[in-house]
Amino acid sequence: MKISFTINGKQETGEVEPRTLLVEFIRYELGLTGTHVGCDTSQCGACTIHMNGRSVKACTLLAAQADGQDITTIEGVAPADGPLHPMQEAFRDNHGLQCGFCTPGMIMSALAMVERHNGEALDEQTIREELEGNLCRCTGYQGIVKAIEAGSKAMQGAPDVQF
Amino acid sequence: MYNFKYKKVSSLDEAQQAFDAADDGTFMAGGMTLIPTMKQRLAMPSDVIDLGGIDGLSGISVDGGTVTVGAMTCHADVAASEGVQKAIPALAHLASLIGDPQVRNRGTIGGSIANNDPASDYPGALVGLSATVHTTKKKIAADDFFTDLFETALEEGELITKVTFPAPKIAAYRKFPNPASRYSVVGAFVAKTKDGIRVAITGAGPTVFRVSEMEQALTSSFNADAISNISVPADNLNGDLHATAEYRAHLIGVMVKRAISDCG
Ligand SMILES: Cc1cc2nc3c(=O)[nH]c(=O)nc-3n(C[C@H](O)[C@H](O)[C@H](O)COP(=O)(O)OP(=O)(O)OC[C@H]3O[C@@H](n4cnc5c(N)ncnc54)[C@H](O)[C@@H]3O)c2cc1C
Ligand code: FES
Ligand code: FES
Repeated sequence: MKISFTINGKQETGEVEPRTLLVEFIRYELGLTGTHVGCDTSQCGACTIHMNGRSVKACTLLAAQADGQDITTIEGVAPADGPLHPMQEAFRDNHGLQCGFCTPGMIMSALAMVERHNGEALDEQTIREELEGNLCRCTGYQGIVKAIEAGSKAMQGAPDVQF
Repeated sequence: MYNFKYKKVSSLDEAQQAFDAADDGTFMAGGMTLIPTMKQRLAMPSDVIDLGGIDGLSGISVDGGTVTVGAMTCHADVAASEGVQKAIPALAHLASLIGDPQVRNRGTIGGSIANNDPASDYPGALVGLSATVHTTKKKIAADDFFTDLFETALEEGELITKVTFPAPKIAAYRKFPNPASRYSVVGAFVAKTKDGIRVAITGAGPTVFRVSEMEQALTSSFNADAISNISVPADNLNGDLHATAEYRAHLIGVMVKRAISDCG
């Protein structure tokens, strides 16, 4: 079947089987390999992307369900050769990653969190509660929580940053 | 997962026709249970009928003392709804405790109650508030809807369209979540409704149930001490790697007491 959607501002069209997962289409057909598959069982959040501005797990969506929708992946949060998004920068500054496998999902969840709270700076408790859907096997989360706190603050001073 | 035919429908009639035409069709809401089940090959439908394109199946309205939630409304929307937060704060709170933000962005009330996972939260609110499930064939009281483990009063091809909740005088939901999945090990929904007190327990048994002994005790005296001497026998409760039946029986008392204190 044919599907077509907007991803990172670009219109894409493709031919998929009904059982093709959205994450498979994004990684293998579109070559956007920033979206990871950690568990494939809806638990780890490494595959988190935004669909119509909301965070979702791309391993638990059929590509067919994304037909006509607006998708953003980690590749879409900052220009390829430009400066990092303030949230990405905050992960770098605050030791928010070790191996980096969970990071794209963490950042997509963090941006959705800021969005849900109308762009306000986030406190530790909110971050810990709302990070429920993302697992990290390396950091012990301290650096990630600090990074999101700092990232949400940095976004205050950057009004034209998206999300 | 095995392959299947996929069809996105745009009306209830079209959904029904697609279901009738299929060998072994299934409806899909957000797919939050259906897709994992198909990946494990525990479900192998010939046709998946996506309800995502039907206008009017999602949305919340509050009218007088009734909150209406469309079947395709996701948990995040119920949790964030100012109308629900005002009319039945316990319902918004319950929705905010389901899974994680990504699950709440996709999972729906219709999919959750049609599936009737024993560890799911919504059955507690439906029975605790004496809600009504509206389908393409009938209206059915929550007390009669959840029949057994993963079983409901829905017939083949019958679609849930919405759920109506009468606003209680006061209500609260407390759950002991599984620390990994957040599904409830035990959840207790306590409500003072206009027809009396309700205590609905989810997570603990094969399906949601009421504890009439606690309801009676709370009718005479609405405070946590009133149920101190009431215990639910472990005999028919679930025991699994997460918790034994005896531990669940104990948690019922604890969660009900906490919910009563939340009622203030
Ligand atoms: C990681 C994770 C954690 C979770 N944690 C919790 C939790 O803590 N508490 C909790 O309660 N739940 C939890 N869930 C379940 C989640 O809340 C979803 O509501 C549930 O999975 C149903 O998903 P869905 O609405 O997308 O339905 P689907 O998966 O699309 O459908 C589920 C079933 O319902 C049927 N169905 C769907 N809509 C209708 C309808 N309108 N009429 C008739 N039949 C219909 C489908 O045919 C299918 O059989 C969790 C899920 C995941 C993946
Ligand atoms: S890969 Fe999707 S949640 Fe783990
Ligand atoms: S940094 Fe390795 S999994 Fe999170």
